[in-house]
Amino acid sequence: MATKTEFNNPVVRWVDERLPVFTYLDHEYNQFPMPKNLNYWWNFGALASVVLVLMIVTGIMLAMQYTAHVSMAFESVERIMRDVNYGWLLRYIHMNGASMFFIVVYIHVFRGLYFGSYKAPRELLWMLGVVIILLMMATAFLGYVLPWGQMSFWGATVITNLFSAIPFVGDWIVTWLWGGFSVDNPTLNRFFALHYLMPFILFAVVGLHVVAVHITGSNNPTGVDVQSPRDTVSFHPYFTAKDSVGLVLFLFVFAAFVFFAPNYFGEPDNYIKANPLQTPPHIVPEWYFLPFYAILRAVPDNFIGAWMGFTLINAKLAGVIAMFGATIVLFFLPWLDTSKVRSARYRPVYKWFFWVFLADCLLLGYIGSQPAEGAFIWIGRAATAYYFAHFLIVFPVLGWFETPKPLPTSISEPVLKENS
Amino acid sequence: MADEVQTPESDDDGTRRREFLYLATLGVGAVGAAAFAWPIIDSMNPAADVLALSSIEVDLSPIQEGQSVTVKWRGKPVFIRRRTSDEIAAARAVKAGDLVDPQPDEERVQQPEWLILVGVCTHLGCIPLGQKSGEPTGDFGGWFCPCHGSHYDTSGRIRKGPAPKNLDVPNYVFLDDSTVRIG
Repeated sequence: MATKTEFNNPVVRWVDERLPVFTYLDHEYNQFPMPKNLNYWWNFGALASVVLVLMIVTGIMLAMQYTAHVSMAFESVERIMRDVNYGWLLRYIHMNGASMFFIVVYIHVFRGLYFGSYKAPRELLWMLGVVIILLMMATAFLGYVLPWGQMSFWGATVITNLFSAIPFVGDWIVTWLWGGFSVDNPTLNRFFALHYLMPFILFAVVGLHVVAVHITGSNNPTGVDVQSPRDTVSFHPYFTAKDSVGLVLFLFVFAAFVFFAPNYFGEPDNYIKANPLQTPPHIVPEWYFLPFYAILRAVPDNFIGAWMGFTLINAKLAGVIAMFGATIVLFFLPWLDTSKVRSARYRPVYKWFFWVFLADCLLLGYIGSQPAEGAFIWIGRAATAYYFAHFLIVFPVLGWFETPKPLPTSISEPVLKENS
Repeated sequence: MADEVQTPESDDDGTRRREFLYLATLGVGAVGAAAFAWPIIDSMNPAADVLALSSIEVDLSPIQEGQSVTVKWRGKPVFIRRRTSDEIAAARAVKAGDLVDPQPDEERVQQPEWLILVGVCTHLGCIPLGQKSGEPTGDFGGWFCPCHGSHYDTSGRIRKGPAPKNLDVPNYVFLDDSTVRIG
């Protein structure tokens, strides 16, 4: 940032001398040194930011057509689908965009877990990422309520009722969230206002996340620090090109859902208008919440109460704590992982635990989609126990016991070795 | 362009080939962005339910000679006046060449008796007075816009004041002697 770039265009130069935006862009997106060994798993951050922009653009257009009132919301969404020019396209992009956003971000997170991108000096970068996930979840939940279908209504009811688990003030908080005595018009109105607000907060935090990664520089598949200019290539054209390839492939997948299976991720019940007098027989959250939903339901009745002799915490509260804890624990990961080696390529034991953890998350997702009965209950409890054990036991202990493979002395070394 | 693609790299270090690829990529990206921009822009155009309400039918039988009614069409008032023979004569007595927005009365009506106008002042969009009895009709016996003082005659033409154009005549057809479809 210290050295200014010289521009030939006099207008650009005039602006840049007064506000160095072009110097910034040149430094951060043109010359910016990137580790030259990044693989395609490093595409997903860029993909996520593209989806965020798509969501904001389509969301603003939808907001121009949507009516946040209990007697008109459902019909206004149907009007968007039938009467508004390309309304079906905007809504299907927005609907499937939510799922695409979570797919891309979850892959981004697991890439970070595999290659140790959360370790020093990238702890704050990682924590900002966890904030982004929390904001995404809140935004997605609020948005899902707006069409005012059966799943919207009952999802809103169930999720807001989670807050009733808070001791002493829980019921008061739930009434406050609702603006009444049930999920109703005041709730819908504020959810719409917040759903419009949160993406802009999200955008700002993504901005911080990007600034932070440009301070430390990207991690890379070896996890070894960049040591010399020999280890890097400039962002443009190398990663603008690589990101573009990934973006085109990603847009194929995205478009395939939008045009050929637009309701694949949705619930048919949400095309039934909200009815406060009848709950659908089987309520499930959107797929991206399923693992957390499984954790919420995993805590057995009175388990904690009997165990700790602590009557304030009942099963409901314990479930809620476990569900939020499943995300909050990520904040502490940079310090829970005691290994000095970043990349799982050089951690022979952690590598296996990584795949076990991924399988555990997928299993939790499956359990979350199933009714809480029979074997599903026990599998869900075991998977939940492993989820927390992975962070609270495996990460700290593995760092002490595991013998990592010898690290390459630089990013270029393994490449040069392979080719010699 | 095709020649450039086939230019062997040895000829010019691949610079031309790289520039071609660069421009082609940008071009495809620009086409894609434009293709995505259109649905976004078009979504703000009138939707099907709005267009479905864009024509109305009006029953003219209750309107007596010398009376006016106002109907709402596309969110705007439409003035329908059954003119008296005096009003028709007054409108036709004026030489079109003397007007701000020259147009003979014959071009502004399909049947001389029925004057149908969009009741929006062509200055800045206010609704002129003169539809109800007792309202000012301006110096020319038609309509008077209270916002900035435009006077319209019995053919709805601007005669005095800041408005640049005559009151618009909407598209309409007489379905029969007593029914008109506007729009």
